[in-house]
Amino acid sequence: MEIVRKWIQAIMALLVNGSWSFPFTRTIYQGPLKVVCSPGLNCYSCPAATTYCPIGSLQQLMAGIRIALENGQNFFGFYVVGTMGVLGGAFGRLICGWACPFGLIQELLYKIPSKKFSIPQKLNYLKYGFLLFFVILLPLLVVDDFGYGELWFCKYVCPAGTLEAGLPMLMLQPALSQTIGIVFFNKLTILVGFIIWSILASRPFCRTACPLGAFYALFKKLKLVKLRLIEENCTKCEECHSVCPMGVKFNESPEDAECISCLKCMDKACKFNAISLEIAGLPVGRNGRIRSNPATKQSNAAV
Amino acid sequence: MTVESGKTSKQIRVAPFVVILIFVIMGIFGIMTGEVSRVLEQAVQVCLSCIGIG
Repeated sequence: MEIVRKWIQAIMALLVNGSWSFPFTRTIYQGPLKVVCSPGLNCYSCPAATTYCPIGSLQQLMAGIRIALENGQNFFGFYVVGTMGVLGGAFGRLICGWACPFGLIQELLYKIPSKKFSIPQKLNYLKYGFLLFFVILLPLLVVDDFGYGELWFCKYVCPAGTLEAGLPMLMLQPALSQTIGIVFFNKLTILVGFIIWSILASRPFCRTACPLGAFYALFKKLKLVKLRLIEENCTKCEECHSVCPMGVKFNESPEDAECISCLKCMDKACKFNAISLEIAGLPVGRNGRIRSNPATKQSNAAV
Repeated sequence: MTVESGKTSKQIRVAPFVVILIFVIMGIFGIMTGEVSRVLEQAVQVCLSCIGIG
């Protein structure tokens, strides 16, 4: 299953970055596919990007809301939030595990041999702050003399944007290097910090700073596709704790906001069919049935 | 709605469909107000200041 997931991650990364004419055009793809929402975090100023980034678009709409209203345009972000909500309602953070290019990059970095560290659970809440303040409130409320806001998350934080758009654009258009300043170097430092952190800890950006992950996490109880704990089968052996890339203790919090449904716990760890994938409450695949194996009952009794 | 599956009866969760429907309606409203063209207009331009350049 892990190989299938890696293939799907790679295919999704190529689909949302499928325009490879940029070495000749020296700019980004400008075709009609850019009305399609990228399910994962993928900067639309990346030269190869074929879709729009929901976080970038949402900030753009928040930042320009005053001007739009003055011009009689009711652009409140309904299309972008509607698309994000459909994705979130269907898959939630499964998208982080299966369809996010920046998630894939972090997973590959984590494979580099080094001493590994855990991430304090409290840092998980930071990403909700980024979503609320950097994506919604600051672009909406802090405006210039003309009424335009700034894209706070894109401009000051997003390491995916620096990696996928900032650095490639500097390579494609070297003249731009004369215009970079403290903001760019600050973003570069953030990128380098997350790269190093991704080698030392699993998916640090997803867990602490990704506003899209924070949005999808809001659907933890309501999403269509989710993992389910079958308590009757669980022996509380805690094997699921050790394989989770997001630090979720699945048998203790099966509806954890951090679960990216990568299926490692179900596929690699649990030997007792205590974790199943379900769609709208109905189990999918061979898992999902209560075991009548006496060994499980004995283990349960022993624990 | 209840469905028999294996040894246990499973309850189909309706809430995800309601949530998805709400966001579909929201998205359609966005399409009707012309937001799609605004999104496209923004997405086809390189916003240098948005990526920390310029």
